[in-house]
Amino acid sequence: MNAELQALSDHIASSLGEAIGDRAVAYNELTIVARREDIVRVVTFLRDDPQCRFVCFVDICGVDYPAREKRFDVVYHLLSPYQNRRIRVKVETDEVTPVPSLVEVFPAANWFEREAYDLYGILFSGHPDLRRILTDYGFEGHPLRKDFPLTGYVEVRYDDGQGRVVYEPVKLSQEFRNFDFLSPWEGTDYVLPGDEKAKA
Amino acid sequence: MGEHNIRNFTINFGPQHPAAHGVLRLVLELDGEVVERVDPHIGLLHRGTEKLIEYKTYVQANPYFDRLDYVAPLNQEHAYCMAVEKLLGIQVPRRAELIRVLYSEIGRLLSHLLNVTTQAMDVGALTPPLWGFEEREKLMIFYERISGSRMHANYFRPGGVNMDIQPELIDDIEAFCDPFLKVLDDLDTLVMGSRIFKQRNVDIGVLTLDDCWKWGFSGPLVRSCGVAWDLRKAQPYSLYEEMEFDIPVGKNGDNYDRQIIRMEEMRQSVRIMRQCLNKLRAPDGQGPVATLDGKVAPPSRKDMKRSMEALIHHFKLYTEGFHVPAGEVYVAVEAPKGEFGVYLVSDGTNKPYRCKVRAPGYAHLQGMDFMCRGHMLADVAGVLGSIDIVFGEVDR
Repeated sequence: MNAELQALSDHIASSLGEAIGDRAVAYNELTIVARREDIVRVVTFLRDDPQCRFVCFVDICGVDYPAREKRFDVVYHLLSPYQNRRIRVKVETDEVTPVPSLVEVFPAANWFEREAYDLYGILFSGHPDLRRILTDYGFEGHPLRKDFPLTGYVEVRYDDGQGRVVYEPVKLSQEFRNFDFLSPWEGTDYVLPGDEKAKA
Repeated sequence: MGEHNIRNFTINFGPQHPAAHGVLRLVLELDGEVVERVDPHIGLLHRGTEKLIEYKTYVQANPYFDRLDYVAPLNQEHAYCMAVEKLLGIQVPRRAELIRVLYSEIGRLLSHLLNVTTQAMDVGALTPPLWGFEEREKLMIFYERISGSRMHANYFRPGGVNMDIQPELIDDIEAFCDPFLKVLDDLDTLVMGSRIFKQRNVDIGVLTLDDCWKWGFSGPLVRSCGVAWDLRKAQPYSLYEEMEFDIPVGKNGDNYDRQIIRMEEMRQSVRIMRQCLNKLRAPDGQGPVATLDGKVAPPSRKDMKRSMEALIHHFKLYTEGFHVPAGEVYVAVEAPKGEFGVYLVSDGTNKPYRCKVRAPGYAHLQGMDFMCRGHMLADVAGVLGSIDIVFGEVDR
């Protein structure tokens, strides 16, 4: 299985040249990293090439790594029912650089790209209808970003006087508790009283 | 009549419509009674599952999967548990796998029973849901007897299942199988043979295979186009490799074929359940129901009372949880509605870094627009029923 995937990976890389960056086979899954501006060409090749035939669209999602310069990964999953294989394609982007939309290649990409835009604020160029999809009408912010708090910023309640639902800043009766489970030997560098003596 | 009098009519379908299968708002653009455009507005049941999972340990994240497609909860836990196990690189004992397959098939029955019979309700019949819900009630009792909960079971755990299955329950599930096949035959004559059901569903919402692939469809929608594509056969997971069952396929790709497929899949599920029950009784089907690795699966209550190590394991597992090696996997199972996938990214801590839920209903609902174009308004409910939408998984 791994050898087959490796051969497929070599085939893709030799055909597409510098559009493909890193490639890896891990857990019997093939991952390739593509250049952002070439993503349409890469996916079209994966769909049409007789050795690939990844004709079945599976998924598009974002992943946020705030520490990186290009903080977002856009992860595409495709399936080849003819070869019975899966592939994962990744591109990197940041908050302002749009990724070319795949709607022309796979119409299913429409909603998945809207979702990535809604939850992460990833922009897609050439998308026909880049609206929010999952969050509320008039929602602000991109909730799946790592810097968006779990509790959000606003809460809703029905106001009897006004006869409608109103938005208010979120009020927590107890502070949200997020424990640090990393061991002190490998995790956060705590400043404990007295530590400076050991260093001196 | 002057030209300015002719215009399209826009109506709201839902979000509180009995045929909308939950909280779906469809904005329909109509030319007379013919649908010109469908714009589904979703997200009314959005609960931020993926965000919440990022703040929970791997075991705490498990119950969220019950609440996605809440008519077949355990099938989704299955995908999540397999993803965690793949990252951890642990083996699940045979007995646990058998129970998982057994309860996944019960989940399939639950889902298909609901879908086929409410489809009949959407096109005008009230009796089929009553018959179907009677059987669902019995199946939910099997859920309750194994997990303590009728729907949100939280029963599959990374490394195995929560508790062993009792011999009495094995007997009772076996006793359920034969009468259930009789009920399916009755439903076949009541629903599938009904003239009205055929008039409302045959040649409605026709799909081609090419459409299915590029729109990301899976499950009965793909099979209705005549392809035997089923992940249980194509990419066997758990113990499906050693189960004997057939994949029903359709010929026309229309609503009616999809429901016929679901009816036959239920018979095949019963066949798989029977094999599981026999294997659970066989000598090689005995043994533990969770991995013996104490760093992943909790110890038994009995051990905790006597063993210091077990007590420490228990404490660590239910406070800190286990750490999962860094990496990323995509694991898919054949849920009743189609391919349900979990894309799990771990950064080596005790919480998932990213957990993307790939729900079949999301892709299917997106296809509503092109499936309904040119159909009559009354067919919208029929198409919506046949693509089997549950809002828990669409909105997440």
